[in-house]
Amino acid sequence: MTPLTFFPLAALIVAAALGVILNRHPIRSGLCLAATLFLLAIMFVFLDAHLVAALQIIVYAGAILVLFLFVIMLLNLEAELPQRRRQNLTIAATVAGGLFAAAGIYALFTSGGQLPGPGTAAAPPLEFGSSAALGYRLFTHFVLPFEITAVLLLVAVLGAVVLAKKKMS
Amino acid sequence: MLLEIGIIVVKILAVIGLVLPLAGMLGWIERKGSALIQDRIGANRASIFGFAGAGLVNTMMADPLKFATKEDIIPRGADRFLHTLAPCVNLFPVLVAFAVIPFADVLVVGDRIINMQIAPLGVGIMYVLAMMSLGVYGVVLGGWASNNRWSLLGGIRGSAQMISYELPLGLAIVAMVLTYGTFDLQAMARAQGQLLWGWLPAWGILYQPVAFLILLIAGIAESKRIPFDLPESESELISGYFTEYSGIKHLMFFMTDFVEVIIVSALLTTFFFGGWQVPYLTASGFVFPWGGTLDLPNLVIVVLQMASFTLKIVFFCWFQIMIRWTIPRFRYDQLMHLGWLGLLPLGFANIIVTAVMILAFQ
Repeated sequence: MTPLTFFPLAALIVAAALGVILNRHPIRSGLCLAATLFLLAIMFVFLDAHLVAALQIIVYAGAILVLFLFVIMLLNLEAELPQRRRQNLTIAATVAGGLFAAAGIYALFTSGGQLPGPGTAAAPPLEFGSSAALGYRLFTHFVLPFEITAVLLLVAVLGAVVLAKKKMS
Repeated sequence: MLLEIGIIVVKILAVIGLVLPLAGMLGWIERKGSALIQDRIGANRASIFGFAGAGLVNTMMADPLKFATKEDIIPRGADRFLHTLAPCVNLFPVLVAFAVIPFADVLVVGDRIINMQIAPLGVGIMYVLAMMSLGVYGVVLGGWASNNRWSLLGGIRGSAQMISYELPLGLAIVAMVLTYGTFDLQAMARAQGQLLWGWLPAWGILYQPVAFLILLIAGIAESKRIPFDLPESESELISGYFTEYSGIKHLMFFMTDFVEVIIVSALLTTFFFGGWQVPYLTASGFVFPWGGTLDLPNLVIVVLQMASFTLKIVFFCWFQIMIRWTIPRFRYDQLMHLGWLGLLPLGFANIIVTAVMILAFQ
């Protein structure tokens, strides 16, 4: 990934992400989040991870976020009025944000300022990012985390059903 | 480099130039077809000095002129930006989904081999799924930004329906990926060029009839047409999420429906009916099972393949229009039952059976 493509794309992603928290209207925030995820998928494409990009759009932008918007629309949320900030919340947000920024800066310095991806780091193997290569790694090297995630999702589904059943009866 | 970009631009223009007029034609075929089915004379007003040109005057001149000259109305209290964005967000993903659809095998010009597919992506069908899943945003936005309760209802119905039917659609596609062992649509189309028992073209429908049924039903549900038109339901919601649209923006919603019909037809053709394959046509010409060959130049073969692909697509478009004017609309609970309790378990069962069969015959 060359700086010529990385920096404009990164700027767009940051702008869209800022839109999520700066917009007063929940629907517009949700749409900015969708834009963020879509732009991230484009970033994955530039990093030769086509399958991850497609999955990102199908799962996050195409399904989960639509459900977010669905709930916002059903509740018919109006634009939020500016509220007086609570001091504890401000302090907690600042500390959390600061720690995250520090971690990012640390990672940037230790990586020697190199952007990951084709053309900059050592050339990735030919099959890098292909669905076959990804599937192979997933079912051999990462099979345990993969199965644990599957169980976790199953538990979440069961939990949702149990909660919904209680309300109905 | 410049030549390669030129070739891609030509391919994009060719596909767009085929899909959009076909979508326009479908608008006319639908009206004329409904008239024939309901035993009345329909769509017979647009003509130039008595020349109707089998709907060409209607499609190419009357409809676009009418839509382009209508006033563009944005209702009071609507979100102006999102109201304008919605039809674009609706049409764009379905159109770009055509990038991975192969419309013929390779064309050989000199020592250059041109793949008749705009973008030979390795993730092929996943890309189509991703783009189709984005189509729901146009419906949601259009419904919400219109500041109209009926539109909002239509938008909410639309998003619930499209998410529900995306699952069986995905499951049917998983079965096809298992069958062909690839995500690439061009490779799938090529794989169907073999013959079974020396005479029967090995098209996907022979291996996966259940997946065909699921994909057909879920595909029609994704394009939100009768019997799945609850987001639009003219009689109660007055076309739902695009009630408050006029002029070109209305045309864009209108076209999206037909482009979705075409992409569903293209997927059905590529998965189950050989894509661009013509029976017994190989890369060198016809090789008949009863002996006898007919050698053809590469250009003729490519033209034949493109004609075959177009013909199959038009057939499935016609088939979907027939369904639309034959079956009444589902009730909402029937719609959800069919999706979640009918197609979804069927899709899972189909995947398991497919996987077991593949393992058994490996």
